[in-house]
Amino acid sequence: MTETLPGAGVPNPLDEAAITAAVDQAVAAIAAASTLDELKAVRLAHTGEKSALSLANREIGGLPKDQKAAAGKLMGASRGRVNKALADRTAELEAENDARILVEETVDVTAAPRRRRAGARHPLSTLQDRVADIFVGMGWEIAEGPEVESEWFNFDALNFKPDHPAREMQDTFFVEPPEAHLLMRTHTSPVQVRSMLERELPIYVLCPGKVFRTDELDATHTPVFHQFEGLAIDKKLSMADLRGTLEHFARQMFGDEAQIRLRPNYFPFTEPSAELDIWHPGAKGGPSWIEWGGCGMVNPNVLRAAGIDPDIYSGFAFGMGIERTLMFRNEVGDMRDMIEGDVRFSEHFGMEI
Amino acid sequence: MRIPLSWLREFAQVPAGATAEDVMADLVKVGFEEEAVHRPTDALRGPIVVGQVLSIVKEPQTNGKTINWCQVRVVPEGQQQSLTGDGIDPSGVQGIICGAHNFVEGDKVVVTLPGAVLPGDFHISARKTYGHLSAGMIASVRELGIGEDHDGILVLSRIGLDPEIGTDAMDLLGLYDQAAEINVTPDRGYAFSIRGVAREYAHATGTSFTDPASKVEAPAELAGGYTVKLNDDAPIYGKPGCDRFVARTVRGVDATKPTPPWMTSRLRLAGIRSISLPVDISNYVMLELGQPTHCYDLDKLSGDIVVRRAVAGEKITTLDEKVRTLDVEDLLITDGSGAIGIAGVMGGAATEVSDSTSNILVEAAHFDEVSIARSRRRHKLPSEASKRFERGVDWHVAGTAAQRVVDLLVELAGGTADEAGTDVGTAPETVTVELPAAFAAERIGIDFTQEQVVTSLEDLGAVVVVTDAGYTVTAPSWRNDLETKEDLSEEIARLVGYDQIPASLPVAPPGRGLTRTQQQRRRLVQALADAGLTEVLAYPFVSKAANDTFGVPVAGEPRKALKLANPISEEQGYLRTSILPGLIEVAKRNHSRGFRDLALFEAGLVFLPGDTLGTASIPPLGAKPGDEVLDGLYDGVPDQPLYVAAVLTGHDSPAAAGHAPRAWDWADALDIARIAGDVLGVDIVVSQGQHQAFHPGRTAQLALRTGTVLGYAGELHPKLLAAHDMPARSVALEFNADALFEAAADVIVARHISTYPVATQDVALVVPQDVPAEEVLTALREGAGELLEDVALFDVYAGKGIEDGKKSLAFSLRFRAGDRTLTADEASAARESAVAVAHERFGAVQR
Repeated sequence: MTETLPGAGVPNPLDEAAITAAVDQAVAAIAAASTLDELKAVRLAHTGEKSALSLANREIGGLPKDQKAAAGKLMGASRGRVNKALADRTAELEAENDARILVEETVDVTAAPRRRRAGARHPLSTLQDRVADIFVGMGWEIAEGPEVESEWFNFDALNFKPDHPAREMQDTFFVEPPEAHLLMRTHTSPVQVRSMLERELPIYVLCPGKVFRTDELDATHTPVFHQFEGLAIDKKLSMADLRGTLEHFARQMFGDEAQIRLRPNYFPFTEPSAELDIWHPGAKGGPSWIEWGGCGMVNPNVLRAAGIDPDIYSGFAFGMGIERTLMFRNEVGDMRDMIEGDVRFSEHFGMEI
Repeated sequence: MRIPLSWLREFAQVPAGATAEDVMADLVKVGFEEEAVHRPTDALRGPIVVGQVLSIVKEPQTNGKTINWCQVRVVPEGQQQSLTGDGIDPSGVQGIICGAHNFVEGDKVVVTLPGAVLPGDFHISARKTYGHLSAGMIASVRELGIGEDHDGILVLSRIGLDPEIGTDAMDLLGLYDQAAEINVTPDRGYAFSIRGVAREYAHATGTSFTDPASKVEAPAELAGGYTVKLNDDAPIYGKPGCDRFVARTVRGVDATKPTPPWMTSRLRLAGIRSISLPVDISNYVMLELGQPTHCYDLDKLSGDIVVRRAVAGEKITTLDEKVRTLDVEDLLITDGSGAIGIAGVMGGAATEVSDSTSNILVEAAHFDEVSIARSRRRHKLPSEASKRFERGVDWHVAGTAAQRVVDLLVELAGGTADEAGTDVGTAPETVTVELPAAFAAERIGIDFTQEQVVTSLEDLGAVVVVTDAGYTVTAPSWRNDLETKEDLSEEIARLVGYDQIPASLPVAPPGRGLTRTQQQRRRLVQALADAGLTEVLAYPFVSKAANDTFGVPVAGEPRKALKLANPISEEQGYLRTSILPGLIEVAKRNHSRGFRDLALFEAGLVFLPGDTLGTASIPPLGAKPGDEVLDGLYDGVPDQPLYVAAVLTGHDSPAAAGHAPRAWDWADALDIARIAGDVLGVDIVVSQGQHQAFHPGRTAQLALRTGTVLGYAGELHPKLLAAHDMPARSVALEFNADALFEAAADVIVARHISTYPVATQDVALVVPQDVPAEEVLTALREGAGELLEDVALFDVYAGKGIEDGKKSLAFSLRFRAGDRTLTADEASAARESAVAVAHERFGAVQR
């Protein structure tokens, strides 16, 4: 059969030198393979069916019996060497490959897209919550009421005389028909009246909400804005208590350095009445007092309207604009930014103020 | 109220160097807010002097105009020009080009010399023009910023002046004066006068004050004058419309005499235009004493003056030449010819003083506040007079004011006063208030001394009697606002100083924190923001069409909505019944600013009027209405639930490298509604819905398990989007948040968590195309029994292999028992019973 072997390249499985040469050749080729693909080609060339070592191995079958053992031993050891070299190199190249893939998978983390948006609260709404939290912390409760109100709650119960010019201080939206005596509340004070009618004494409530006046929208006016009003009705409350409450609140809102000032003013529903200013060290054009709101001792006629005896109870009330507070606290320069709903305005604040 | 400082100085101790700002800083302490400063020198700077026109050479120009080349002497002849600088001629004579023609050689005029600055930052300098070097300007009142007169050059002789050449014209015209403008609150009518403000200035600064009224010598009694009858047969609230009428006569006046500059200057600073000498005098006295007066042309009056209410249909032509139809409640001044004035509001044209007037009847009357306020509102005639009358004028000052007008007419208009005069009416009863000794101290929180109380009140002009119990206080006649012990407490605090009030923090009783609804609202709003939506706050004003479209599901059904009587714009004259119109406007505004990927939401009240609207009458103030009346007031206020709405346009996120944003679709709208339900722990039941604002096939109706409809979610109607110029496929949702809050459980009962293994079974069911997946899912849930832990739809398929008109819904059912490991048979049995219910209800068959 040996004569029929094709070519002269088939080494004799007993020829140790030739076999070793073939093994060395295979090991060298394995070592030289630099990729798994090259290694595969090398493996086929040196261990495949047509490879010298495989062909030599096949020769063993045709050898005389006494030579088979020696040839088998030689070929076994030789193929073992080649297979080990192959396995080692495969492991090496696979490790290299894995490492390379990880390197290749590197991304520019700074180019990451934003797939989710965080959303945003309107800062007026956030500020309203913040104010409410301060008063809830003081044991006060939050009271609310309708935005379209009966004229009685908005004016008469608050001691606005029917024909007095004070009614016109607050340019009022009236609802048709006029005979129904409905209007859009011009302040959150009707909620105070409702609170006095509905709650047990003593009363300590804060009434935040939307209010309406017939002003055209410009940089400092808007027909729809927000207020928060406080009302305390108890025995022996005085203007000193009003001042103490406002001072405490101002410090919660603006820090321990905050200062307030009271100036005489007029409101039909309070007597005495005061204008509340807050010291604003960071005001444009230098530190100054900024008008923040109105306040005073509840007029006895208001207590009477709610069936509370003014000879036993007294109370104080105060009210501030949320827009105004946001304007000077957060340096909003133009009222329209708070009104128009431009997403840039709210998104800049996010969930905070 | 604007206060010229020179005027204030006449009666109060204002420091010589004090500015309008200084005066305002003092007045703010006693309760007058600063409004503005009016100071001519802020815009005007000299040298501005009196000059005399020596010669005028008329030079016709090619453009057809003729200009005047004038030589004007600005320094008295024989004196040196003391001014120096560019364009100032040392000779004292300036060459000036002037285009106006209303002056002649010899006239004395106002010359603005080089270096002067006129209003509008107009700098005067010598400049070449029309072939001459024109060194200055001959000024008009308009150029000086002291009038609107277009008639050209201010010729000083025409305003009654003949000053020396070279006189400082700014001084001459009162231009160095300045006014402080303060806000006067509606309770303090008396402060609409120099008299009132000077007194307040004295309070604020602790200085002395001279009452202007005390400088006028008026006769104690008047008799024999023009006959005046007070004849009010329909007093309002029982108060006579007129309770004093003083009439005085001045004869032989020259009504054409110019008003002296000191008076026009003060009037101008006070914001009142000069009209004619008699009218100016009347206004001047009103500003000084707070008492409006009126001058009639005596020769145009006929018969007695009668003050009465109008009769139905009566008419008057007022000073502004308008014919006004009067109301029977209007109080009138009448004579034999009929109405000659709406009392306290505006005089009539027929008896007005004119240039030819020589005899004047002066009226100084006292009218009821309410009567005047109503007439003013009725005729929309706010005037300086009505402003004062409706706030209250000092009853006692009428005679003084009439005398002051008479004196000025005599002094400035050359008239002679009649000895005889008229003064009819009855003084109101004086108001005395009992102020208990400790009351003010307890109300204010300052331990006032008796001296502080007495001095403060006496400074106001009150009479104070100290009694055993405290004080009996008679308020001054000009303070109609001091009626109660609370009013007096404010005055004492005001004069002692609000800055003296100490601070003490009252402790509220233990509170209950936010109410459940308040917490729910916060959670909902925060959850929507956390879910990526941006909160906005739109106006609640919408058009009728918007309410009719968004407020009702069915097209053509008009929405019951509240209409405003006086909206900012008629177009947006209704109150919203849906949040969506406002949100869409906001979305459009953002689009126009380049932001197309939006997710906006708003939580706000909508206005849903029922059958009862308001109340026909309003209970009086100062007393608690009866329960029935109160119930009526409560019931009349329309329902105003909190609604939440959202609009999503464009994509869910910005486009970015390596990221394809997803376009919002109808399912996102639903998802947001479901998040709202999830965060409040309320199941929202979704079914196929119909709403005219939404796509007919891509709208979900949102409801509670009880069937109560909460709202809608889905794609907005394509036609509506096109009509609003909104991106196609924009989606929206809106629901009644209050209804959602109410449906939330008070207490959530825990569920047992089983740790036994799960058994999952999938099932594909073929059902008719129009069967909603949600209903099949519900059928499966009900049929599966208590072993079912969860069921989810994971595939919808129609097409090859499925009969026409049908679809295949694939569900994944998760079974688990609480007490054992389920066998495969048990799970399969549960699945089969689930399928059986779906089959029974919808003919569903397993694929």
